[in-house]
Amino acid sequence: MNNEQFEPVIIGFTCNWCSYRAADLAGTARVKYPPNVRLIRLMCSGRIDPTFVLQAFAGGADGVLITGCHPGECHYLEQNLKALRRTMLLQRTVAQFGIEPERVRLVWASAAEGVYLANAITEMVEEIRALGPLNWPQVAALNGKSHVLTPAIASVVVSEELVEAAI
Amino acid sequence: MQTYSYYPGCALERNAAVYHDSLMAVAESLDLTFTEVADWNCCGATEYITIDLIPAYALVGRNLALAAEQNCNGRSLVAPCSACFLNLKKADHYLAQSPELNRKVNQALAAGGLHYEPGSVHVKHLLEIITEDVGFEKVARAVKRPLFGLKIAPYYGCLIVRPVFDGTFDDAEQPTSMDTLMRTIGAEVVDFPAKAQCCGGHMTQISEAVALHLIHQLLKNAVDHGADVIAAICPMCQLNLDAYQDAVNKHYGTNFHIPILYFTQLLGLAFGFGEATMGIGQELVDARPALANIQVKPLKPVKRKRPSKTELPMPPKLQEVRSCLKNE
Amino acid sequence: MPQERIGVYVCHCGSNIAGTVDVEELTAWAGEALRHRGVVVARDYKFMCSSLGQDLIAKDIKEDALTRVVVAACSPHLHEATFRKACADAGMNPYLCELVSIREQVSWVHTDKAAATAKAKAVISGGVERVIHHAPLEPMSVPINPATLVVGGGIAGIQAAMEIADSGFHVYLVEREPSIGGHMAQFDKTFPTLDCAACILTPKMVSIGSHPHITLLTYSEVEQVDGYVGNFNVTVRKKASYVNSDLCTGCSVCEEKCPKSVIDPVFEAGLGYRKAIYRSFPQAVPKFPVIDADNCIYFDTGKCKACEIHCEAGAIDFEQEDQILELNVGNIILATGYDLFDARRETQYGYGRLANVFTSLEFERLTNAAGPTNGNIVLRDGETTPKSVGIIHCVGSRDRKFNNYCSVICCMQSLKFAHLVKERTGAEVFNFYIDMRTAYKEYDEFYQRVLSEGVHFIRGRVAEVTDVSNTPEEEDKLVIQIEDTRIGRQRRIPVDMVILSAALEPRHDSDEVAHQFGISCSVNGWFIEKHPKLDPVATMTEGIYIAGCAQGPKDIPSTVTQGAAAAARVLGRIQQKEMALEPIRAEVTEALCSGCRICNNLCPYTAIVFDEAKEVSVINAALCQGCGTCVAACPSNAISGTQFSNEQVMAQLHGLLMLNIMEPVVS
Repeated sequence: MNNEQFEPVIIGFTCNWCSYRAADLAGTARVKYPPNVRLIRLMCSGRIDPTFVLQAFAGGADGVLITGCHPGECHYLEQNLKALRRTMLLQRTVAQFGIEPERVRLVWASAAEGVYLANAITEMVEEIRALGPLNWPQVAALNGKSHVLTPAIASVVVSEELVEAAI
Repeated sequence: MQTYSYYPGCALERNAAVYHDSLMAVAESLDLTFTEVADWNCCGATEYITIDLIPAYALVGRNLALAAEQNCNGRSLVAPCSACFLNLKKADHYLAQSPELNRKVNQALAAGGLHYEPGSVHVKHLLEIITEDVGFEKVARAVKRPLFGLKIAPYYGCLIVRPVFDGTFDDAEQPTSMDTLMRTIGAEVVDFPAKAQCCGGHMTQISEAVALHLIHQLLKNAVDHGADVIAAICPMCQLNLDAYQDAVNKHYGTNFHIPILYFTQLLGLAFGFGEATMGIGQELVDARPALANIQVKPLKPVKRKRPSKTELPMPPKLQEVRSCLKNE
Repeated sequence: MPQERIGVYVCHCGSNIAGTVDVEELTAWAGEALRHRGVVVARDYKFMCSSLGQDLIAKDIKEDALTRVVVAACSPHLHEATFRKACADAGMNPYLCELVSIREQVSWVHTDKAAATAKAKAVISGGVERVIHHAPLEPMSVPINPATLVVGGGIAGIQAAMEIADSGFHVYLVEREPSIGGHMAQFDKTFPTLDCAACILTPKMVSIGSHPHITLLTYSEVEQVDGYVGNFNVTVRKKASYVNSDLCTGCSVCEEKCPKSVIDPVFEAGLGYRKAIYRSFPQAVPKFPVIDADNCIYFDTGKCKACEIHCEAGAIDFEQEDQILELNVGNIILATGYDLFDARRETQYGYGRLANVFTSLEFERLTNAAGPTNGNIVLRDGETTPKSVGIIHCVGSRDRKFNNYCSVICCMQSLKFAHLVKERTGAEVFNFYIDMRTAYKEYDEFYQRVLSEGVHFIRGRVAEVTDVSNTPEEEDKLVIQIEDTRIGRQRRIPVDMVILSAALEPRHDSDEVAHQFGISCSVNGWFIEKHPKLDPVATMTEGIYIAGCAQGPKDIPSTVTQGAAAAARVLGRIQQKEMALEPIRAEVTEALCSGCRICNNLCPYTAIVFDEAKEVSVINAALCQGCGTCVAACPSNAISGTQFSNEQVMAQLHGLLMLNIMEPVVS
């Protein structure tokens, strides 16, 4: 792949009510964006388990895009704010794993913001392309680790909820 | 004991010396210490900013830088003149807003070995300090000779409540803090709807007709509402209303003869200082006949004539205009 | 050997997909590369959603004994239901079908055919992995209690309650004030027809009061709401009125005899008086008065009892206490209305300081024949008829200091005021407006009419209303200072009276009410509807509907329309008798739950409670809306989300990253 442009693989988590519909709308409006993003539909950005994100990296993704409703517009009242908290924490956590925090990106997109979402995807693809491949599975393999995430690592990440419970 | 950095401004050294003297006396009664910023310079008044922006801001920036440098405890900076107050506040605000302006102003300041970090000095007007930091209760405790029966029109002018930078301490259209302050020292406060209108500033030198129109409007409004005296909080306002009363009378064929005193002079009188100490008599329209109206006892409240049967009720007063403005 | 037999169906969608994705290659690849994952058949077809396409799937389900189906076509929001039904018709549980989007998210947004085809492969691979973990589900069904709670007895609530009750179902109508009627009862005339508000409203109010299917709970407030669609438990506090409604005849002698007169800030908008024992207005429904204990002489001093002495029916009961009522209802309609913007906050207009500045609501009372002046338009002295009147639009609305939004009704209301002033006093009338918004049936015609009546219209934002006069003509007048933007000049217009068309604002307690009922408010504080265009009376919470100004400023016709629409939605639910809920829910596996309670506070619907006896968290399936936040947060993996389980998401991720191809898992 010497002369070829690096094509990152990005996993996008979308909310059923806003960003997934924004992606649909981008399609209906024939807005173009690079084919590097593969979307997973969830009911809410609050559903995003940090393990999903780490698993995506472990499975070879170069970036993870988290999308949800704008603050104040959550279909489930305020769960997108929980996604916001988790994402901020995740960015710190992945940094500790040696992953650039920019590889995790949070974008708010309402069901009406097809163009906006498409632009955000394009931007992210370019940014990840500039960062280069993550190669986490290969790195892990070199270290003799499997790409399957251990529960121990996952529990570190969800400790954010513990913090909240403590408060 | 509360300590403030003090920026007197040029007027307080000359025509408004009585403002300086009276505020210093009042400050002592209220346990306030004002430490003058050493080596301060003119703030540029209201015009310079419209003539040459960068030097104007540098001029004010120098005062802010000096205040910051001489004040390591984060004390607020008090300015008794409304124009100085606004210039200091405005400069601080726009220096924080515009990195470009900040860079240029600091470049100029560097020539004098100074530097100013926007936001490091909190600028307050004297009225704000007395009504908010000291509070009406403490003022009331300092009163020795209440100004019973004296009808005061509190005149705020246009500069201290507008524009709103970081939340104003009083309503921009119908401020009330000085009203309450004057009532606290026993005076009667007359309704004075023109209380936040412009006195004309330096218009007297540019277009006298415009200035006289504005001054006339203020004098007429205060007199119409039965004021004995107008309380001013700015040397420019005091000067215009006092010194141009003759000109207004000539121009409009009126016969106004209403004294204009600094609110600190009135506070001082109430705190028991003598008229001479408070500089009474130095104003052009002599205040002494009006001050003779001060009674030993409070006037009997005028019995409000029974509302006619048909009269419709007024809405209750909104007490919390200020706090609701701050909440926004 | 894979356990499932999976069919993959690739749709061409004419050229919509086939134009950018090599569907033949895709289909062939799915049949080959995913065979080890259980794909036993892969087909492509021109229009998979057509009946022939569906037949294709049905035939395979039957003949090839498929246990799972993946359709690669358009967005699930478009055709998920279609393919689920096709599978169900062929005898398969519909939830074992997965629709993946290769149109909206592949062919329509990408241009490079090879790259698009590669992405489509990944998408199908993800779908196949995910569908393996699907479980056969049944939609949940909850019974619908046919009784309905309507909160707010203004015209929206009245309309909604009436529609439902007339259909034979029971309605509890809860109103905070002593009478229903709301703001509309305060008005004299309604625009643009100028028919009398009382004439059209009071018959409706009377019908509500006497309706066999309506329990009217006035002077009452909702204290607590529990439960879920079909089965809400509502606690209502009925405030003590100190009048026994079983005995009271509504003769109003008590009101006449009561010696304590107080300003009425609610119904009379502060412009008139009422007694300490009062009905809001003579046509009040119900007709029973209430005692305002805060102002009653007896409650203050222990003496008086004038009302009791003069009540022949013996209906006065000073010992009465608040009653707590428990209601069971299936659906709830919130029609809580609006508050008027406090015009005193706009200090430059002088309201509260200048006697002859009135708010729109004060003016409504001033023109009302049953109001404090018997409908005479006079100044605050109660006697003088104004010779000139200024009406200021957009006070507190379209104003960044207060509310950005347009209050919708002010233009028409101001035109109505202008007409009434002109008609009754002949005064000169000036309307000060920013834009004239008269967009509705016969509204602009009314504007034309008022224009032809000689009302002056000045475009601009009024700077101030002042009693500081500059000229002899301005003496003793209110001067309106404005930049007339049509002539580009500052103007000063002296008038005798100023009317402020104040903004409609959300109720001061709308946030608490929203929270109580589990719905949300917009940034401005209005209740948020499920969809601004297509679902304007439903909310995101099943079983809770909104109507009238609680949802946003609106005029009477729109308010009535929403009241009726909300009622129709509720009636539809009631007729269903039970309601199917999408089985997207979270469940706790008790054996795994450590009882840490982390999930408890994460649920916005309070669907998760802690079972103290078992020391585990329990999810109420009917309250759960399926967002999955708790699933993600559970550190013990004890919560699983139906249709979006960890296994399903992880498997899809696995598939999307093509890990199933790199490392074939052989079971």
